[in-house]
Amino acid sequence: MSDDLRLSDMSRRDREMLAHVDNGDLTPLPAPLDDAAAERPWTPLSPQAREKCECLLDDTCVLNLSRPASRGEEDALVQRFLAGLDKLFTRENNWTFLQPLVLTMEHCAKCQTCADACHIFEASGGHEVYRPTFRSEIVRRLYFKHVKRGGLLSAWQHGDIEITWPLVARLAELAYRCNLCRRCAQACPIGADNGLVAHELRKLFSQEMGIAPKEIHASGSMLQLRAGSSTGMNDAAVKDNIAFIDEEMSEKTGLRVETKWDVEGADVLLVHNAGEILAWPENPGAFAVALDEAGVSWTLSSDLCAYDAVNYGVWYDDAQFARIALRQAEAARKLRVKKIVIGECGHAHKALSVVADRLLAGELAVPRESALTLLRDLVVGGRLPLDPSRNDFPVTLHDPCNVVRLMGIVEPQREILRAICPQFREMHPHGVDNYCCGGGSGFALMSGHNFVDWRAHVSGRKKLQQVLRAFGDCLAPSQPKYLCAPCSNCKGQMRDLLAYYGLWEKSRILYGGLVELIVNAMTTVKPGFIEWEWR
Amino acid sequence: MTMAVYAAICAGVLVFMAACATRAVMYAKQPPHLRWELYPVPHEPAGRARYGGSRYEETDWWTRARRRNLAGEVRFMLPELLFLKGLRDANRALWYRSFPFHFGLYLLGGAALLVVATAIVTIGVPAGAGGTLEATSRGLYRTAGLAGGALAVGGALGLLHRRLTDRALRRYSAPADYFNLASFVVTLVVLGAGYATSGPGFTGVLGLTRALLRFDTSVHVPALLGTGLILASALVAYIPLTHMSHFIAKYFTYHAVRWDDRPAADTRAMARRIAACLATRPSWSAPHVGADGTRTWVEIALENPTEGARS
Repeated sequence: MSDDLRLSDMSRRDREMLAHVDNGDLTPLPAPLDDAAAERPWTPLSPQAREKCECLLDDTCVLNLSRPASRGEEDALVQRFLAGLDKLFTRENNWTFLQPLVLTMEHCAKCQTCADACHIFEASGGHEVYRPTFRSEIVRRLYFKHVKRGGLLSAWQHGDIEITWPLVARLAELAYRCNLCRRCAQACPIGADNGLVAHELRKLFSQEMGIAPKEIHASGSMLQLRAGSSTGMNDAAVKDNIAFIDEEMSEKTGLRVETKWDVEGADVLLVHNAGEILAWPENPGAFAVALDEAGVSWTLSSDLCAYDAVNYGVWYDDAQFARIALRQAEAARKLRVKKIVIGECGHAHKALSVVADRLLAGELAVPRESALTLLRDLVVGGRLPLDPSRNDFPVTLHDPCNVVRLMGIVEPQREILRAICPQFREMHPHGVDNYCCGGGSGFALMSGHNFVDWRAHVSGRKKLQQVLRAFGDCLAPSQPKYLCAPCSNCKGQMRDLLAYYGLWEKSRILYGGLVELIVNAMTTVKPGFIEWEWR
Repeated sequence: MTMAVYAAICAGVLVFMAACATRAVMYAKQPPHLRWELYPVPHEPAGRARYGGSRYEETDWWTRARRRNLAGEVRFMLPELLFLKGLRDANRALWYRSFPFHFGLYLLGGAALLVVATAIVTIGVPAGAGGTLEATSRGLYRTAGLAGGALAVGGALGLLHRRLTDRALRRYSAPADYFNLASFVVTLVVLGAGYATSGPGFTGVLGLTRALLRFDTSVHVPALLGTGLILASALVAYIPLTHMSHFIAKYFTYHAVRWDDRPAADTRAMARRIAACLATRPSWSAPHVGADGTRTWVEIALENPTEGARS
């Protein structure tokens, strides 16, 4: 294990990766994955990738940064990085997060309390490169040296670091080894926020150097701004797909399902993560069934960005973030709906409800509400005919960080599950103390090279341990089990985790959303809405 | 020595206050940031604050009055400030060292304030003629001072030991981190030794403070005690120049970031401050941002960098 790693190693000019995670380093998994020898091996990065790209950090690579052709080019890139670092600490360039960033830079006591809170650091077996303060301490030293122009006294006070192109390239990759779950910030006795440091680093690289993973930028926010959705669906395509889902839902449930588009004056503008429409159509379908059955006045919007709740900008780029949020709010204003209800997408909850709040002024300040709250009212308020015995199988709940720790929606989803799932059981810890699924901040979308290996072995490991422990009393495949993840990206990560470790075959653990459980319990719907098939 | 001690104490207190104020103003004058709260937020109503819930759990939350549970904040902050509860919960091993250190400093600070307050009240009274008030105060500040000094020195030694022996802490520590802790130990030991050896010729801490308030330079300050007081003054001046001023930062990290759930529409002042930020002119260089230093933040946000390319 690379536990002798020093901060100064980040500046090394050799082309060796800094950290290598061996399966033997990883924290053990519970049954049925408790045979460490059977742990799936990693796919190594190809020699071509190592040759062409700056994969200098660890066993994987998400940015595919090209190698500079010369030392002069390296120096120019370093200068661009330093220019971006300066901008990160100016009001005109970064008013959006300047205050929390400065506080975090100035006041970390380096007590390492945050390390014990980090699922990535813990799961990796304590690899230094994944320690929350490893990344932050480098940025802090660069801040005191290059932004505050500190000299020898500053180096004595804050520590020193040599800036080189390999350090910049490694730092860019390292910004994408944090899920931005902010569990470390929650544990910090002073209130410093290492998650924010990773977020701000991503911003620097994107907004100054144009560096971001293609899955969240070129094929993410840029595609959403061009086509209307990060899935690439334009308005015609999304309407076609929803019509198909309506048809399938009508057949499956025995109820007539017809999604309404662009209804002016509707009570609710529902915005789904459009990935659901393509990957898990039963989720938007179940929403349509439940809302219609309860008599809710609702609509979807076919405006650009408004039929896709995602806003990847919240992970890496303020400009992209604001552009998407403003367009989503504008669609709601145009339709004169009473409120926007955000479907089962964690980061969309946080982005549109909380982070965008201070950007949405005047007529754009259309109220935003969580679908979990609305669904709770329908279930607990008796507006849906429900038979909990239809859900009489073990169910556990994954808390999306964006919904709980970052937004404080903890109980509505539990009220629903307690009402309709007789065998509901919690993971531990849960609620605002939950662990990230390991797919947060865009990771669930990334699968280039061998990143899936890293997600499954490292970032998702803690969640996997939690899931297996929650179902520890019923792991036999004869008993189907439901892992409820009311968030599209979390669901994607769960799908990849369960598939990676063969847990559908071994233990019949299925994943899915929350609204599907509600519709599965509806007595007006044909039994068996949830299909116990792997997908 | 007396003049040097007086000068050091005055300078130390002035630098401390000026540096604290400067730092607090610097943080307070930062622009408003986008909301970045972290739950639990203790000013939510007690029922919700207990498990970390927020107003977003309520249907049509914007139609309901925003209730701020200030008692909840106080209930959170008191054990946090006095007993470092967060550290105790998250890092017990460090808390065993950090708590006595910080609590010792609180006691020392309390003792110093008590001495000054008593000196002000009894400034016209001859030494030893302050009656019950003076006697009670003396008993209290001696007890608090000695207990505080012992706790702070013990805690600082514990923290220093941990920083030197724990690989993770050592790896991230700068020379100043060791210096800072060692400074507390040296200063408090010298101060304690100076006090213990001050002898019958010394007018006492209260007498010295009264003399300082009158700028009476005729009192004798023993050399070792004087050295301790000069060192302590320097340390007091140094603290707010370093990350150890987290007692200021913590107000902002909690109240202005973690718990700042104020909507933009909450006050006109906030709306005005946000509007001013939206009018700033960024200069980020990546082409997709489209910031050239002349366009405002809001103009950039309203632009679609893919315009004309919609499929």
